Amino acid sequence: MGEVPRSVLVVGASLAGYSTARALRAHGYDGAITVVGEEAERPYDRPPLSKTYLTGRIGDADLSLEPEGERLGVEWLLGTRAVGLDVATRTVTLDDGRELGGDAVVLATGGQPHRLPGTADGLGGVHGLRSLADARALREDLRPGARLVVVGAGFVGAETACSARQLGLEVTVIEAAPAPLAASLGVELGLAVASVHQRHGVRLELGVPVAGLTGSDRVTGVELLDGTVVPADVVVVGIGSRPAVDWLAGSGLDLTGGVVASSTGAVAPGIWAVGDCSAWYDRARSGAHRTEHWTDAFERPAVVARSMLGLPPGALRAPYFWSEQYGIMIQFAGRYTGGEHVVVEAGSAETGDLLATYRRSGPGGREQVVAVLGMDQPRLFTRARRSLPGLDVAPDHEDQPA
Amino acid sequence: MRITNRVVPGAAAARDQPDGEQVPVAEYGSPLRVAALADLPAGEALRVTAVSPPVAVFRTEDGEVLAIDDTCTHQDASLADGWLEGCEVECPLHASRFDLRTGRVDAPPAKVGVRTHGVTVEDGVIWLHPSTAPPNLPPGLRP
Repeated sequence: MGEVPRSVLVVGASLAGYSTARALRAHGYDGAITVVGEEAERPYDRPPLSKTYLTGRIGDADLSLEPEGERLGVEWLLGTRAVGLDVATRTVTLDDGRELGGDAVVLATGGQPHRLPGTADGLGGVHGLRSLADARALREDLRPGARLVVVGAGFVGAETACSARQLGLEVTVIEAAPAPLAASLGVELGLAVASVHQRHGVRLELGVPVAGLTGSDRVTGVELLDGTVVPADVVVVGIGSRPAVDWLAGSGLDLTGGVVASSTGAVAPGIWAVGDCSAWYDRARSGAHRTEHWTDAFERPAVVARSMLGLPPGALRAPYFWSEQYGIMIQFAGRYTGGEHVVVEAGSAETGDLLATYRRSGPGGREQVVAVLGMDQPRLFTRARRSLPGLDVAPDHEDQPA
Repeated sequence: MRITNRVVPGAAAARDQPDGEQVPVAEYGSPLRVAALADLPAGEALRVTAVSPPVAVFRTEDGEVLAIDDTCTHQDASLADGWLEGCEVECPLHASRFDLRTGRVDAPPAKVGVRTHGVTVEDGVIWLHPSTAPPNLPPGLRP
């Protein structure tokens, strides 16, 4: 990249956007930083929304990402949505018609939850869970004794089911795949997680596609493809998210699976993308890959900041995520791409103390550990995580866009 | 007791301190035998549960022995299980890193630091001098 920008415009005020501003300052950047955020909230932490925030164990103040007294010298434009980007002039148009420019623009608009296809707007009792507003609305509806049906057994679905059980609801989880978290953990260990849910009284319907919802003003049930209707007072739809990049349509940027970026987040001259809206080049996968984990939205902004300031980009560790279900801390690091061979290193899923490694044949037929899963095994997990290969961060790969 | 190593002062009340240097006022309770130094290899940590809340005692790769509160200020997690690098430990669950010398935290999701505790090594034995400052416990564990 060229010279250090005199001003940086960050679009997105959640973890990735906030961490970008923080990383720029941490590296001594003293130019102007403006952060635009669609939500009216100051940066807050989303993982607790489906867990301790939903159960009421922590409150709004605990969600804030900003330490008290932190002075980043950032101009915050909150409650304002970006609606367009002119790549050549690095100009962002806001929903109130204002135009903002920056020597550098960072796209960090995150993701938005998929909606259940064919469901009408405004059906009462149907929730998605991504924002603080979503969590507040859902919390109102989670009354003891009510029947909750969760569509999708990914992180949001599995954690919401667990929180709702703690709140005394009857819970059914419906998942189209053969196991919860199958895409992240694989079927074998996904089923191990499933057994934890069943032990806590959650009804699990696996491999069952959903046809739609029933009810006129308020939801009354979830209809399955075979015509069965599962009665529901509340429905949570947790079927994944897509990059929030609609506002970039027409910008000319490659939006295939997220804003396509290099392994340092570079998109075009002076334009960067980071967090859930971005798909960085991943050499191990030989292509752009969107990683929707908290840790990536937290660590990758430092790579963007350093690259923008002309510093060496630094290193990135293997992807890492966690989930908490029924008091069990589930941790995963590395890449599961399918076809890995799972080895139980310690404990078992039944006893909630499993440590398992995912192995793949490497060069010369030697098995390589490429990922690790832990259930309430923080010490062993951390040790295994440390031994995993990190991500290649090299701005000059030939097959990168910038 | 003859203290052969200095009591690592740290900030006994290392709480939220955005900038401004805090002069550490270290006040310690009666010392507690932790372990033989030989039983704590470099790069490893011990969790001391004889005090409440528990304390994590680390031996860095440089051989220095340092102690901080064991419980992350963000969520109930044992820092002794964390990722030790140099003089910092990263919480085993999330990404917050605590400085073993000052107790300060550098990154979210934790927003406040932990207490540091005094440590001495005498005749091959590690002694803990627990801080008497109030701890910064995570939500849910606060009294």
